[in-house]
Amino acid sequence: MGKKIDVTKCRAAVVGGGLAGLMTTLKLCEAGVAVDLLSLVPVKRSHSVCAQGGINASVNTMGEGDSPTVHTEESVYGGDFLANQPPVKGMCEAAPDIVYLLDRMGVPFNRTPEGLLDFRLFGGTKFHRTAFAGATTGQQLLYALDEGVRRFEARGQVVKYEMFDFLTAVLDGTGRCVGLAAQDLRDGSIRSFRADSVCLATGGCSIVFGRTTNSTINTGIAAARAFRQGAVYANGEFIQVHPTAIPGADKLRLMSESARGEGGRIWVPKDPGDGRDPKDIPDKERYYFLEDRYPGYGNLVPRDIASREIFKVCRHEKRGIGGGDMVYLDLTHIPADVLDRKLGGILEIYEKFVGVDPRKAPMKVFPAVHYSMGGLWVDFEADGRGNIVAGSPRNQATSIPGLYAAGECEYQYHGANRLGANSLLSCIYAGMISGPAMVSYMKGLEATSADAPASLFDGAVEREEKEFSRILDAEGGENPYVIHSEMGEAMLDHVTVERSNGAMKEVDGRIDGWMERALRVSIADRERWSNQAAFFTRHLIGMLDLARVIVRGAIRRDESRGAHFKPDFPERDDDRWLKTTKATYGKDGPAFDYEPVNISIVPPRKRSYAEAGATSKVSKGEGK
Amino acid sequence: MAESTIHVRVERRARPDAAPYWEGFEVPHRPMMNVISVLQEVQRNPVNTEGKKVLPVVWECNCLEEICGACTMLINGRVRQACSALVDQIGTTITLEPMSKFPVLRDLLVDRARMFEAQKKIIAWVEVDGTYALGPGPRSSQAEQEERYPLSKCMTCGCCCEACPNYTPGGDFLGPFAMNLVRLFNTHPTGRNEWRRRIETVMGKGGIAYCGKSQNCVEVCPKEIPLVDSLAFVNRQAVQHLLTGWILGAGRK
Repeated sequence: MGKKIDVTKCRAAVVGGGLAGLMTTLKLCEAGVAVDLLSLVPVKRSHSVCAQGGINASVNTMGEGDSPTVHTEESVYGGDFLANQPPVKGMCEAAPDIVYLLDRMGVPFNRTPEGLLDFRLFGGTKFHRTAFAGATTGQQLLYALDEGVRRFEARGQVVKYEMFDFLTAVLDGTGRCVGLAAQDLRDGSIRSFRADSVCLATGGCSIVFGRTTNSTINTGIAAARAFRQGAVYANGEFIQVHPTAIPGADKLRLMSESARGEGGRIWVPKDPGDGRDPKDIPDKERYYFLEDRYPGYGNLVPRDIASREIFKVCRHEKRGIGGGDMVYLDLTHIPADVLDRKLGGILEIYEKFVGVDPRKAPMKVFPAVHYSMGGLWVDFEADGRGNIVAGSPRNQATSIPGLYAAGECEYQYHGANRLGANSLLSCIYAGMISGPAMVSYMKGLEATSADAPASLFDGAVEREEKEFSRILDAEGGENPYVIHSEMGEAMLDHVTVERSNGAMKEVDGRIDGWMERALRVSIADRERWSNQAAFFTRHLIGMLDLARVIVRGAIRRDESRGAHFKPDFPERDDDRWLKTTKATYGKDGPAFDYEPVNISIVPPRKRSYAEAGATSKVSKGEGK
Repeated sequence: MAESTIHVRVERRARPDAAPYWEGFEVPHRPMMNVISVLQEVQRNPVNTEGKKVLPVVWECNCLEEICGACTMLINGRVRQACSALVDQIGTTITLEPMSKFPVLRDLLVDRARMFEAQKKIIAWVEVDGTYALGPGPRSSQAEQEERYPLSKCMTCGCCCEACPNYTPGGDFLGPFAMNLVRLFNTHPTGRNEWRRRIETVMGKGGIAYCGKSQNCVEVCPKEIPLVDSLAFVNRQAVQHLLTGWILGAGRK
């Protein structure tokens, strides 16, 4: 069938230089493929750098009887059974080797006295499963992979295009992706790249919600652009709200779940009017509401549950500190030297940005938007026993042939709620299987992108030039940052912890208005050079497209599952909604379609964290 | 009045080759503001003190929690990250300038590509056989981890280069941060295998001899990396290499 393609003569493009993009790049390089690596920022500044607590791997060095089977079950259970199970299983089984690899690459993981990797507790489990480097694990992992890629860059096998914004996939007449067009955010020029396959590893879209725990680049723009081109977007309505963040005028800074993993406790004064210094409030006058309401897992219930409870305590029971939107996250009972060794990074953040030493005083925190479980729909190939078929070109493939996706920009691994410390893992695992999948795909091609007609690429550049000129030339006096603030506030108020169809329909209506205004943005300066306001206007339009997918998907799903909670439909409804949401772009709004979830490994059961061990019953032979 | 308004002056330029000029903005002062939120306020209302609508100030930022290193600039004359510069600490009269050691792209946005190039030169990675499953990594004591981890927090922000009198635009010095990375990789159980190659690199052009020991670097490092110790470490290894490598001929290619 066709001529045999030599992959060492192929060229692939990876968009995004976080963990998923870098790992995809490494795998392509090891197969001999040349890679163009595009990133909005110098790759070392990608959002993976913000991850704090750690990376999960069931190495069982603590003799607790942990295993990848238990990890799989707890991840599926934590995700309220919405994730397709074979990819979760593949990820959990690969996890120990991934952590070993990172250790070999030089990540300064915390050690045990014997010199082995140390593991700590995290949410949704009773096992010490989380490897960590202080409380800046994401930074350390990102640097290790960045260094690994730099090695190939120094040899000329990787060419980096940093400060480049993905604009569009270039598709040939059959709809196959043969490259992309991107804008250089320094000089504003637009150019195309030929690529025999393309992987988007462009992160999440939390900035749709305005101020969040995320980096400013996390607008979801690349996924939004691919969505407009026909790529299917899945489970968009599942947005993770992290229970513990500190408020700020510019962002809501994360206080890692590892704080609770190391013994941190959440509480409010029993008397909401108690004006005393928290240290002067005796234990019996404190309400440790997570420990009280979830005795099995206490402060380490999964994020959706912890956020909901904090929200309930503050908004409905009016028991927040001083009656406001704040609870205590208390570490003061833990020795300072232990805190410094294991949580140093986040303590510094609190100290620097709040001006209070969390070793001495309880921190004040509130939930904040943190992660998108949803994202571009991607495929997988599993055998009869639920094992991912290594090297299958279907793995991580989007609905556009030749276009792959890995990391937070896709939906594959976390179902309705992600467990803490599974995101670094899913990014790296997705990269580990997308690279080989792209290699297999390229081997099966009949012709490379070098043979694609130049007109395809010139046409794409021309269309994008036209669109950018339209943004620069628009009149109407609107300011993209103001529109973004309004959208963010509405999304935050009505489409996060508690959702009602009435309020969401109102937000949905307002999206039309914002979209219309986004087309009437006036940019004060028509100079292309580093014109950030013009670039942001494009991102705003992408965010509005995704906001639409999130809101409409949430309105349709009349049940409560994981992070998606509707007080009017408080129960999970497997008969109607144990299915993946698939949205496809349409001019008059997205079209929705649903597909069954692969539940071949862990049969769905009611999800509860009241009783210890509930999450691992099947693996432990107790759940039959 | 004065208490409720932030006066910010920004050194701007439209292009790398354009002449710089100063532009002032007034921004309402709210609690918990940092320099980023001041600039975001300008984005939402980009009108200068003369009442003219202008393009919002261009700058680089990303994480906003002092871990990505992007938003480094001169704030009231001092190099630091804009995100961790809190208005309540620095005052309501604020001057912002781009770093002076790197090419300016526009306004406060600079190009630090030279720092990433330096990392290629000094072999800033551990040579692993591949990313496939090859079993656990080398054992390492808690003490070794506690030595290496602080060195590994370098976010390539450029503060040390900006403060170093021997790091100049277009100059050769690889920078204090690069010497620290040599130490980081030369203390890793596997990274150590390449220690002579790294040391030979920094014994050459742009290397350790370019350090004038002003010790400015350690003063401005936001991550409090012990840069002076790292410089001393590299010096020691250079002497060791000189004695055992060049003079005695051991380990030569």
